[in-house]
Amino acid sequence: MPLRRLATAVAAALAVALVATACGGGGDDQSAQTVTLDWGEPENALIPGNNTEQNGGDALDALFAGLVKYDVDTAAPSMEAAESITSADNRVWTIRLKPGWTFHDGTPVTAQNYVDAWNWVAAGPNAAQAQSFMEKIDGYDEVSTEQPTAPTMRGLRVVDPQTFEVTLKAPFVIFPTTLGYSAYYPLPQKFFTDRAGFEAAPVGNGEFRFESRTPNQSLTLVRNDQYAGTDKPQVPRLEFRVYADIQTAYDDVVSGNLDHVKAIPPAALTGGRWRQELGAGAHAKDGLQTTALGFPLYDPRFQNPLVRQAMSMAIDRQAIVDQIFGGTYKPADGLATSAAQGYLPNQCGANCQFDPQRARELLARAGGFAGPLTLTANADGGHADWMQAVTNQLRQNLGVDAQYTPLPSFSEVRQQANAFQFTGLFRAAWIGDYPNLETFLTQLYRTDASSNDYKYSNPAVDAALDRADQAPTEQAAEAGYQEAERLILADMPSIPLFTRQIIYGDSARLASGDRNPLDRLVTTSFRLNPQG
Amino acid sequence: MGRYTLRRLLQLIPVFLGTTFLVYWLVWGLREDPFAGKCGQRECSPAFRAALTERYNLDDPLIVQYLKYLGAVLTGDFGQTFSGTEVSTLIADAYPITIKLAIVALVIEAVIGIIAGVVAGLRGRGFADTLVLVSTLFLIALPVFVTGLVLRQVLGVDLGIIRTSVPANPSFAELIVPGFVLASLSMAYVARLTRTSLIENTRADFVRTAVAKGLPRRRVVGVHMLRNSLIPVVTFLGTDIGALMGGAIVTEGVFNIRGIGGLIYRGLQQQDIATVVGVVALLVIVYLVANLVVDLLYAVLDPRIRYE
Repeated sequence: MPLRRLATAVAAALAVALVATACGGGGDDQSAQTVTLDWGEPENALIPGNNTEQNGGDALDALFAGLVKYDVDTAAPSMEAAESITSADNRVWTIRLKPGWTFHDGTPVTAQNYVDAWNWVAAGPNAAQAQSFMEKIDGYDEVSTEQPTAPTMRGLRVVDPQTFEVTLKAPFVIFPTTLGYSAYYPLPQKFFTDRAGFEAAPVGNGEFRFESRTPNQSLTLVRNDQYAGTDKPQVPRLEFRVYADIQTAYDDVVSGNLDHVKAIPPAALTGGRWRQELGAGAHAKDGLQTTALGFPLYDPRFQNPLVRQAMSMAIDRQAIVDQIFGGTYKPADGLATSAAQGYLPNQCGANCQFDPQRARELLARAGGFAGPLTLTANADGGHADWMQAVTNQLRQNLGVDAQYTPLPSFSEVRQQANAFQFTGLFRAAWIGDYPNLETFLTQLYRTDASSNDYKYSNPAVDAALDRADQAPTEQAAEAGYQEAERLILADMPSIPLFTRQIIYGDSARLASGDRNPLDRLVTTSFRLNPQG
Repeated sequence: MGRYTLRRLLQLIPVFLGTTFLVYWLVWGLREDPFAGKCGQRECSPAFRAALTERYNLDDPLIVQYLKYLGAVLTGDFGQTFSGTEVSTLIADAYPITIKLAIVALVIEAVIGIIAGVVAGLRGRGFADTLVLVSTLFLIALPVFVTGLVLRQVLGVDLGIIRTSVPANPSFAELIVPGFVLASLSMAYVARLTRTSLIENTRADFVRTAVAKGLPRRRVVGVHMLRNSLIPVVTFLGTDIGALMGGAIVTEGVFNIRGIGGLIYRGLQQQDIATVVGVVALLVIVYLVANLVVDLLYAVLDPRIRYE
């Protein structure tokens, strides 16, 4: 009877397979020394200037080192590959490199590598994702278009192999702080001579070297023993594993199959379960991520600032943080987060305090609000709960006909934002590029700025930002940005709601392993517990 | 039979063209701006747009774009993702895993399903029958992600018998639990189909004849009843192969299996349109071929069926 024979054979095969798994599973020495990390397939090739999202950034930060690095806890900038970054007028900056740095292929890191890399990022035809990070450099406008009129930016000049000079369009006192971002990493000669080879096996100057990669599965890096930086890598090998689902990655960390998960799934956040399950491996710190609700100021119904202030005061931020986010968010009290330099507590003042009584008064004084008030976010981002809660609070506390109207995906939200077609409040989240108050202001609130989805324009704010950019010292700049922040908050083009904490988990195998407030992996902080 | 096969193969061509065109149109043609949201909260730079417009021929009319794409696909070039990885590489990496998982799932659902169905069908109205009916009802009622998450939590996190995720290049053994999860629903259907079909055939003329001839019961059941009863089951399993080969988004997600389902899911999430179109085009072929094979199998199983 053939069928029966087949069934027997299959059963036997299954039995053998089961026995085989039971016997297997003993780790060899290499896997015991390998730290495994939760990862996602990067959206772009692993080129520093062509990545603006987290997965690509995590890998690049391990492969490359920048001129400046950010402290793992406070995000305070300090010199990494740069010996000094100095300027007499805050416009022409002289960057001197530390000696002894090499790329993984043995070639030395010179000033030319930085200049070439920055020119590549800025050049229009290269279509680099991080192109706009170069926009402050003199000559950017000539090279950034589709048909550049100049081959390189005139603001970049190599002085000698260890020194180069950067001329900005206008003075910008916090320029050194911005230089830790991956867009400013140097590129080796190999990138320009063998682009395909570089993309297949990136060559950097960082604490880990590329070993192998299987697209959509994993990326393996090994320790760079020639690393010239001050913080040496402690673990011999890193394996980035692609996970489709954060919950699976989290369960793998809890059950010891993975060492680091870059976020915590909502199910584990409820009731603080993740803190019990991860114990000492549970980490939370203030980051650079804010969530706000933007006003479409191009809609006449939102033009009265009193209406906008009333809506802000009608929202009980603390209640939403406690009940929906399980304490992993904090109520916003200004436009920036506490991890940013120049952050001043309570900049928003009474406008961000929950006061339904006063909110109703303000709205009445403004003559009420006509028609339904829509609140929009993308449905694929897990925003429904808190958006609904805000909607309900606005309805109850102001008596307006508020409705939550989600759009299917982030892409549709961006389409409406770019076309200025919102008819009500919209979710506006922002992740700071560098730990400074300025990153939360210029790109969002300056007239016609690249991410000014509100069509907000206030000449006084623009002038205040100009003054701060050109301030002689960092302290003076800080004060200037704080003044601009207060001006913006008084106009309230958006309602600051929450700041998101950076939360991540480590397995019991790790003694330490951290992300910095920019939510980037700090691979030099990874240490294994002694084997026991 | 030969002519029938040829005719069916020719029919595949318009179906393939129609489905791939629909998919192509749905992902590229329906969106006003394919780059919205591609660059996070910022707008994409004009240079980035221009480069991608060029790479995906977005300036041409849709039908020309589609023909260019089709020409490339037919020469084995599935295009590149936004990150510059060849889609064909992604498929080549993911497909062996999906096939492994599909085989495991198919074996599990066929073996357990048919055995359960035969036991229930032959005994009839007894404890075994009730047990099979109730347990299959239970499986049918549970969505796959519940089965998956519960098994992963219990076997992986609480008991530690299995790993909560499957490694990058899984062996067949490591795919048994995910395969079981993936097969659970179909297994229940197979058991019920086998049972019903078997009970029906118990009263069929050819069975009565076989018994009257004095054949031993094993032969009556094994050769005459079972072979005929399996026709609907084979149909079901055949279409199921098509579905299994198409990847299992939920199961693959739960156990982090790097198969074809996850590839599509990621493609959709990250708006990596080239991946989506490429994989779907491939799946259409797989599905069509699987269906053809099932139809041809009928003739093998049932001598009364002939194709001319």
